[in-house]
Amino acid sequence: MTQPGSVGIVAPQRARFTEPLPLRSGGRLDEYELVYETYGQLNAARDNAVLVCHALSGSHHVAGTYADQPDNLGWWDNLIGPGKPLDTRKFFVIGVNNLGGCHGSSGPSALNPATGRRWGADFPFVTVEDWVDAQARLMDQLGIERLAAVVGGSLGGMQALSWTLQYPERVRHAAVIASAPKLSAQNIAFNEVARQAILTDPDFHSGHYYDHGVVPARGLKLARMVGHITYLSDDSMGEKFGRSLRHGKAVYSYDVEFEIESYLRYQGDKFAGFFDANTYLLTTKALDYYDPAFAHGGDLAQALAVASARFLVVSFTTDWRFAPERSREIVYALLHNQRAVSYAEIDCPAGHDSFLLDDPRYHGVLGAWFDRIEVR
Amino acid sequence: MIYRYDFDVIAQWIAPGERVLDLGCGDGSLLRHLMDARQVHGYGVENAPENLLACVKNGVNVIQIDMEKGLAGFEDGFFDHVIMSLSLQAIHNTVGILAEMLRVGREAVVSFPNFGYWRHRQSILNGRMPVSESLPHQWFNTPNVRFFTIADFDALCADNGIAVRERLAFDEGTLILEEPNFLASVAVYRLGRN
Repeated sequence: MTQPGSVGIVAPQRARFTEPLPLRSGGRLDEYELVYETYGQLNAARDNAVLVCHALSGSHHVAGTYADQPDNLGWWDNLIGPGKPLDTRKFFVIGVNNLGGCHGSSGPSALNPATGRRWGADFPFVTVEDWVDAQARLMDQLGIERLAAVVGGSLGGMQALSWTLQYPERVRHAAVIASAPKLSAQNIAFNEVARQAILTDPDFHSGHYYDHGVVPARGLKLARMVGHITYLSDDSMGEKFGRSLRHGKAVYSYDVEFEIESYLRYQGDKFAGFFDANTYLLTTKALDYYDPAFAHGGDLAQALAVASARFLVVSFTTDWRFAPERSREIVYALLHNQRAVSYAEIDCPAGHDSFLLDDPRYHGVLGAWFDRIEVR
Repeated sequence: MIYRYDFDVIAQWIAPGERVLDLGCGDGSLLRHLMDARQVHGYGVENAPENLLACVKNGVNVIQIDMEKGLAGFEDGFFDHVIMSLSLQAIHNTVGILAEMLRVGREAVVSFPNFGYWRHRQSILNGRMPVSESLPHQWFNTPNVRFFTIADFDALCADNGIAVRERLAFDEGTLILEEPNFLASVAVYRLGRN
């Protein structure tokens, strides 16, 4: 059953690219594929397309469900659909799995056409900028010269920001949500713990675990557990789990006792069951490397001078992974350049994960902002 | 959208194409007016979610910060005018925010309800806190935290090296030239640094 306002049953599509893609790491992909989904109709003027960029664990499946998996709801389904803030009656919405991903686009777990074997650790490093380049080529294939908007949360917000810098003439509006202009040392530190968990798993086999018929599930689980801690706020974790004990009292064991332990293990196991460890490694590095101000001596305002899109920047008060201060850096850099920007700091208790929730103030602002976007 | 006569006064002081910051911009009506009438590059500051939403609906740039904490992210002298329309009385840190306005702006424009207005005085003499067009709230639900007169504000500016470049006073929309501290309900100031 689909909810009222759902885009309903959707199906992924696949685009193939044979023009080599040069990468920031110095490497190159001679050919590659991207899987994507679309919702709504591209209008005759082709000016109503909105690209949704995914974060660390997201995919191209942004809204709706699959005919054979009715419970597999898109990760931003609460935002996208007829009558929802990103209204598919007005907009043509595109979700795409990034290069290096593990949901069908070319990545470490896909076959390397040059060898006929899975890429594994040989898949080149990809950056946010590389992703945006690949997304731009997908827009070329879809016949979309200029996006009405690009929107993303967290790492997706970095892509949205990068679009406005790499292709300023191709994006009219950008929504950068729960994001940052670069990671802090603390952010990188968390990513490094996650990576070490994977890299030191005996089943990792230098990234070629597919050839050994195993996956570094323990490492990936640990990585996800660390990540999950940072996505929630102290308050929301306290409210949800507190110090609740499964047996009502201490039983002096290393099995699950506190409910938070149960939650983290469950989330870790679930994630390790479907996500690819090499993709996790690549994606956390893409996060770490992103720093558009670096080439401008650290001057973010100078880096953002080329942007011409109208911006919406949103942060959440309890998000300590991508704190409001980081969003404000983007806002003030845009302001310095006299760019159109609005900034909302949403008082939501759920930490970084807030950007995936449907807080009415948050969705209200997004809906009002999308409403103002003109399409023919 | 309600008509606000201080908007016309403020618009007169804004040159076309200026950079304008409106502190406590409400639903963005003044900025919308200045964008349409003066083609300003305008930004509003708000902290109330419902006002923020109204600004986005109005197509006005709005930035959510708590003004009580100052304007730390804004650059010195970036704006031609920093406006605070009928909000100063709702700010605790009066001197701090005035200093910040004149730091980030070449000039500041401030309007506020005059507590010394004769009807307000009469109300107090009759033993009740004033409620009027310019002070529409009851004492128990007012967002206002500072109650001051035109004379009080003049003294504050003098004490803090703030230059009063121009002042217009009104009685519910009518310009008042004589005895404004007694006869005017609202005053609009154009301020600079000495």
